[in-house]
Amino acid sequence: MNKETNEKPLKKVCIICAKGTIEDVYATLVMANGAVMEGIEAKVFFTFFGLDAITRKQMKKIHTATVGNPAMRMPGGLPFPSILGMLPGVEAGVSAMMKQQMDKLDIPPVDEFLEMITAGGGEIFACKLAMDMFKLEKEDLWEGCSGVLTIGDFYGQCGGENTQIIFT
Amino acid sequence: MAQETIAGKNVEVDQEGYLINPEEWTKEIAVEIAKDIGIELTDKHFEVIDYLREQHAQGTQLSIRKVGKSGITDIKELYKLFPGGPLKHSSKIAGIPKPSSCV
Repeated sequence: MNKETNEKPLKKVCIICAKGTIEDVYATLVMANGAVMEGIEAKVFFTFFGLDAITRKQMKKIHTATVGNPAMRMPGGLPFPSILGMLPGVEAGVSAMMKQQMDKLDIPPVDEFLEMITAGGGEIFACKLAMDMFKLEKEDLWEGCSGVLTIGDFYGQCGGENTQIIFT
Repeated sequence: MAQETIAGKNVEVDQEGYLINPEEWTKEIAVEIAKDIGIELTDKHFEVIDYLREQHAQGTQLSIRKVGKSGITDIKELYKLFPGGPLKHSSKIAGIPKPSSCV
C-alpha cells in the first residue's frame, strides 16, 4: 500500500501484442520485463502479426515500417521521405540501425528479452486463432512459450485483484 | 533526503531509503536493509552486491542484463536471490542509488 495515496499496488499485467513491428513488439517486451522486475506478475499474449515475435523463423527479423510512418526521421531529425522507405533494403537498414541504438541502451534482441521475462517468472502465450490462420504449429514457436491459448483461456489467466490488461 | 540510523550508523537516505553516499555503506548496513526487505544475505548475495558497487563506482548504468552477463549469476538466479525486485532490492542493499534503467 502506498502510504501517501492509499493505493494498492499493481499485482498483475496481461499484455496483448497484435502487431509485429519493432516498436509494437518492444513496447510489449519492455512493459512485460519492467513488470517482473518490479515484482509484478506478467502474462503476454501474442496474436496476429505479433506472433512474429515468438516465431522462431521471424523473431530475429522484425522490422519497423519506413512507409506510412509519419514519425520516421532521418538521423539528424529531417523528415524521412516515404518514397525513400519504398526502396529495397531501406526498411532493413533502418531497422538494423534501430536495433543497434537499442543495443547501446542494453535492450536485448527479442529472443534474449523473452528469456529475461520468463527467467523472472513472466509467461508467454500464443493465440490459437492466429496460429491456425498463419498455419503455424507449436514447433514453429520459440521454445520458452508456455502454450497456445484461445482468447477465452487467456482471459482465464487474467483474474485477480489489481490486474490490468494492456493492448499494445 | 533524511538522516537515518541503520545498523547503528547515521547515514543519509532518500525518500525510498536508498543510501545517498555509497561510501557510507557497510556490510552491517546491507544486512539491516536486506532484513527490512525480507532477505537473508548469503555469500552469493554479497558477490552480486560487490559487483554492483564496483560497477556503480565506475559509472556504469546497471541493468538486469548486465548483471546476468557478469559471470557472477544468471538472471533466473538473480530473481531468486532478490525476489520481487532483482535490481531495485539489490541496489538498495548495495547502498547505491535506485536504478534508473527500464531494462
